[in-house]
Amino acid sequence: MGAGKELRTEEMVLNVGPQHPSTHGVFRLVAKIDGETITEATPVIGYLHRGTEKLGESLNYTQIIPYTDRMDYLAGMTNNYMMVHTVETMMGIEVPERAEYIRVIAMELQRFASHQVWFGTYLLDIGALSPFLFAFKDREKILGLLNELSGARLTFNYMRIGGVKWDVPEGWLDRVKAVVDEMRVSIEGYHQLVSGNQIFLNRVKGIGVVTQEDAINYSLSGVPLRSTGIKWDLRKDMPYSIYDRFTFEVPTQTSGDCYARYVIRMEEMTQSLNIIEQALKQFPQGGEIMGKVPRMIRPPQGEAYTRIEAPRGEIGAYVMSKGKDKPYRIKFRRPSFANLQILPKMLKGASMADMVAILGSIDIVLGEVDG
Amino acid sequence: MAALYANNYLIVAIFLFLGILLPVGALTFGRLLRPHNPTTVKRETYESGLEPFGSSWVQFNVKYYIFAIMFVIFDVETIFLYPWAVAYDQLGLFALVEMLIFIALLVIGLIYAWKKKVLEWN
Amino acid sequence: MGQYLEQPLSWTNGLIFAGAAVALLGIVLFFVMYAIFFQRKILGWMQLRIGPNRVGPWGLFQTVADVFKLLLKEDIIPKKADKALFIIAPVLAFVPSFLVLAVMPFTENWHFADIGGGLLFYLAISSLTVIGVITGGWASNNKYGLIGAMRGAAQMISYEIPLVLSVVGIILMTGSLNLIDIVEKQQSMGVWFAFAQLPAFIIFIIAQLAELGRSPFDLLEAESELISGYHVEYSGFRFAFFMLTEYVYIFAMASLTTVLFLGGWSPMFGLDFIPGIIWFALKMGAIVFFIFWLHATMPRIRIDQLMKLGWKVLIPLALLNIFITAIVKTAFM
Repeated sequence: MGAGKELRTEEMVLNVGPQHPSTHGVFRLVAKIDGETITEATPVIGYLHRGTEKLGESLNYTQIIPYTDRMDYLAGMTNNYMMVHTVETMMGIEVPERAEYIRVIAMELQRFASHQVWFGTYLLDIGALSPFLFAFKDREKILGLLNELSGARLTFNYMRIGGVKWDVPEGWLDRVKAVVDEMRVSIEGYHQLVSGNQIFLNRVKGIGVVTQEDAINYSLSGVPLRSTGIKWDLRKDMPYSIYDRFTFEVPTQTSGDCYARYVIRMEEMTQSLNIIEQALKQFPQGGEIMGKVPRMIRPPQGEAYTRIEAPRGEIGAYVMSKGKDKPYRIKFRRPSFANLQILPKMLKGASMADMVAILGSIDIVLGEVDG
Repeated sequence: MAALYANNYLIVAIFLFLGILLPVGALTFGRLLRPHNPTTVKRETYESGLEPFGSSWVQFNVKYYIFAIMFVIFDVETIFLYPWAVAYDQLGLFALVEMLIFIALLVIGLIYAWKKKVLEWN
Repeated sequence: MGQYLEQPLSWTNGLIFAGAAVALLGIVLFFVMYAIFFQRKILGWMQLRIGPNRVGPWGLFQTVADVFKLLLKEDIIPKKADKALFIIAPVLAFVPSFLVLAVMPFTENWHFADIGGGLLFYLAISSLTVIGVITGGWASNNKYGLIGAMRGAAQMISYEIPLVLSVVGIILMTGSLNLIDIVEKQQSMGVWFAFAQLPAFIIFIIAQLAELGRSPFDLLEAESELISGYHVEYSGFRFAFFMLTEYVYIFAMASLTTVLFLGGWSPMFGLDFIPGIIWFALKMGAIVFFIFWLHATMPRIRIDQLMKLGWKVLIPLALLNIFITAIVKTAFM
């Protein structure tokens, strides 16, 4: 603007959060703004830090599992799996097939529910009220299924080292099938309501662009990585559990913007349903749900790191054992925390309205960021 | 006719009076009902739960004011269209051509602002 | 009211005017309470919820309870705020919203001031509200409030122009600024201006939503970005007056749209045994419903896109509409 150059404009330092509706929890962003344009943004985290890793050092391995539920509280099942998978790898425990199928169904239901929450809250950030309520109403059905399975709706504490805690209830698999069919209709509804809306497209296309190079340099994983065109999904590329038995697509986009992340998450929801359907078909009749596990879980001295594909990206647990029943050191790779690091770069030059859209598109859970 | 005129503006005055009376009256009446217990913490400015950095009374970005100036120009020009539109039937072709020139001037002004990138927000 | 307007002023007539104005104020306040109630109900149904259902039968007294709650809330004025402006801002915002109703004709007999320049009066007075908004936001000394107020000012003044320009076509066709004349013109033409002036109608609806600050143009409140924009520091009854202003404007704008574009009180389908006031209420209700419906459907537009739409699309279109209307009118005269 030619006329504006001589005039002096003062920058303002604005606190966004911790008490702000669009920071998805107690996240704080110190933004320097000029008018409504952000010139510099610094995330401040730690409001929800509970020291999960340190706590783990004084608990035995089974006792750590419920703490993982509380990290990414929208994806308790995948977090449970991340923990038990590492210990199983260290101890070389065989997990029965039936248990693996139950785990996969539970994890994919969880991924679907987590993306549903993202879909609803993201649209709420952008200013549309209704998708939030539609998504949460549908998510209730999935939480109901997981509740039947584990006895909890959010913090499941369902998986055990060597298997799962409870076998599937009577008729549960049929109910899963029915819900999967319902969810296919729901996704169609989400697309009709949102995907073609011009206002929505204007708000997300070309916003918060991440280049492939940056994505790798900032160690992004999950959807933000795939939105730049890198096809990297641990379920496909380093199959764990029984994921090599299913056929599914890994959706990618090349534009790296908020819209790409939206499209990928919507597509992943469909792919999760595909996996669940295949798992239901292959589900073994009878069989154990717990493998042969020693009475006291004492992984041999040494260390292990395993990683899996959580809804928010690559989640992993590093466990160092001295041969005791408690880990010597435990460290979680928390995808929300890793993906958040690129935020200041993405926000530079964005407007206040874009800030909300960009932050939402990364899909962070503060319980996981702060650990 | 004069009476009609006076009556109409009396009504406008009554509305103005009522419009002021309602908030002033309700807030005065409310004073009897509501608690009054200001504390330092309560009277702090809200900024997402932390003490705000500095004042918000800063020299704010100029682009907001440029829109205000644009508004004044266009609004005043628009006001000239109103009497023309009302009296259009009596004025005939000459006024039409004149007004088309006037609208063309408005459009040129808009194009000028457009080219000068005044209409860009960022 | 019509016959009293023609009589010379006397104390009796003056009292009748005052009484009628108080009655209208009562109606407007009632409308606001139940508009909020129905907004919540309609949003609830559209979102597969029940909506308010606890206070009174079917939740009917929910908003009444909310008003009393707000009345009993402590009135907090921030230490850093400009106290005088902070106190005066809700009044500044509210007064014009009620004042514009003085010229609104509800039927040929039920109207208040019958001013020659009624439309001009409405547009001029309604644009004063932005002063209340910007005063409130600035006086709060709150950054969110300030940004909200700045956005509000930019948005409301920018959309003022397409709003004002879009009705020039109607004035051209009617030859009067009087709102009653505009309705009568539609009756004599036998077609609503919504059809005769379709581009103007579309521009007017969009600009009106932006003026009201309703979804998808609810940028000045934008709860997900600015928490609630210019009135973020207001509490209790002062906040209530900002809220009231918003809904009184919905009443006024829906009435104005009915008068300008939907033939006011004139009956539809020849059903003229139904009184005009009912027709007016139905058409106005339809517009109010439309506004609420959008609230349930639309995401929020971004401020630069909003400005682009206003200045680069709506204003040129509105000018073109005036141009075409004038030429068509000359050609057929």
